[in-house]
Amino acid sequence: MSQNTANLLYLIPMAAFILALHFLSSPRHARLGNQIGAIGMLVAIIVTLLKEEVVTGWWIMLAGGIVGTVIGVVGARTVKMTAMPQMVALFNGVGGGAAALISVVEFHGVWANVGEVGVERGVATVFSALIGSISFAGSMVAFGKLQELISGRPITYPGTQFVNAAVFVGAIGVGTWAMVDVRFWALVAMVGLAALFGVLFVLPIGGADMPVVISLLNAFTGLAAAATGFVLHSNILIVSGALVGASGTLLTMLMGRAMNRSIANVLFGAFGKVVAGPAMAASGADGASVRSTTADDVAVMLAYAQRVVVVPGYGLAVAQAQHEVRQLAELLEAKGIDVKYAIHPVAGRMPGHMNVLLAEANVPYDQLKEMDEINPDFPRTDVALVIGANDVTNPAARNNPGSPIYGMPILNVDQAQQVIVLKRSMRPGFAGIDNELYTEPKTAMLFGDAKESVQNLIQAVKSV
Amino acid sequence: MSAQFVTELTILMLAIFLGFEVISKVPTLLHTPLMSGTNAIHGIVIVGAIIVTGAHHPGLFMKIVCFVAIVLATANVVGGFVVTDRMLEMFKKRRDEP
Repeated sequence: MSQNTANLLYLIPMAAFILALHFLSSPRHARLGNQIGAIGMLVAIIVTLLKEEVVTGWWIMLAGGIVGTVIGVVGARTVKMTAMPQMVALFNGVGGGAAALISVVEFHGVWANVGEVGVERGVATVFSALIGSISFAGSMVAFGKLQELISGRPITYPGTQFVNAAVFVGAIGVGTWAMVDVRFWALVAMVGLAALFGVLFVLPIGGADMPVVISLLNAFTGLAAAATGFVLHSNILIVSGALVGASGTLLTMLMGRAMNRSIANVLFGAFGKVVAGPAMAASGADGASVRSTTADDVAVMLAYAQRVVVVPGYGLAVAQAQHEVRQLAELLEAKGIDVKYAIHPVAGRMPGHMNVLLAEANVPYDQLKEMDEINPDFPRTDVALVIGANDVTNPAARNNPGSPIYGMPILNVDQAQQVIVLKRSMRPGFAGIDNELYTEPKTAMLFGDAKESVQNLIQAVKSV
Repeated sequence: MSAQFVTELTILMLAIFLGFEVISKVPTLLHTPLMSGTNAIHGIVIVGAIIVTGAHHPGLFMKIVCFVAIVLATANVVGGFVVTDRMLEMFKKRRDEP
């Protein structure tokens, strides 16, 4: 098949990918959209296999295809929904790695033999290898942090930023040399340096900031794919890569806004260091008193409420209490009580993670409300049930300019008539700061494991 | 600067704007499937992997690199679409609206 025919047929997968993203605008069509995207990908693969320049390497493709499919299917089918961020990081990384390797092979095959590098393709090759390699290594570290193979805490040492900058500049320098002088091994060295940079770059970022890192690396892989498109003169790669790059960039910006921090602050600030400060963690809720309550009391309160809002945080997912929460909600609904879930944009470990976890527990998605949608409802809410969420409910973000999280958009839980907080202990959240919500007179704490507490609540509500 | 390069830049720019436009319509409810879905889409690098593998490359080393690239890209594509499908399958509306 000629280049022209192939490019014509590539319009099918292009349209399919755009439709796939378009259909994601509503949960009703989203699955169909994803299937359209998958079909588009299949078309792209078949068209490519039929291209006239593809003349050999069939066994490599077959063997590689089988191994990759097995890894992909097994990984995708067995991963737990709580581990989704790791999985996304992993698939993101392999994509970036593939982009980098493609550029390396192309550089070797064409230019090391021909001995000539055009500026345009040369820059694209170096860029794709650089970004792809950073994305690969960075994603692997993010995976390790989320999987807790490496400490989720920021790993810093004196001069971190200086070393990182030096490695990055070194990679660019070696890459430029590879391009200008057509040195294959210089390009390989650059890929190595870029990988080193990817590792050094993600290590100092705390586990709580991983949603930002993953979406940023997602954008990186997209851009690497687009650059590979310039190397191979492939429009489909350029378009697909650009779509992913745009998506990753947009999500990164949204995450930054939801945490009220600049992206630079997330990436270079090592904010999570505050968590490590033992003085902060130990202080607890000194002075102000906290009211503790029992499941029976809460059950009565819930049973006589009209509107209940559940505020789930990652603590709920850690305790695997999603199913119990859904049972409790159904029980309350059977009594004619209106139950909604308030989802903060950074609840969970990646953008939108909490929605997936609740959907897995069969919570209908029309009950899941975004922050902006639910916030005006809190004053009319009888009981807000906060389960495993902390910093995203802290009123200090609204009214204490001295607080590190001041300005961060929060769920206005404190405006509800009654607030019940299910919590294991008085330990502070990621930001390492006390939550004023807990010492408010209208707030009562139900201490204990989230799953057990909710189970007790279910029993208690049944017997009210 | 070659005409082809300029055309490719044009395509790139339009696709980026289109991407922002389409993705800004995706509700936060679906941001995780969006990430894994776009993940699957950048699996399009498999096209590049096939092209470089299919061209003539002497030497065992390059063959191994090609093999690894194919494995990574395939895992990216297959894993990305399968896991996204698995997630989207779970999003259901209330069954019996009274």
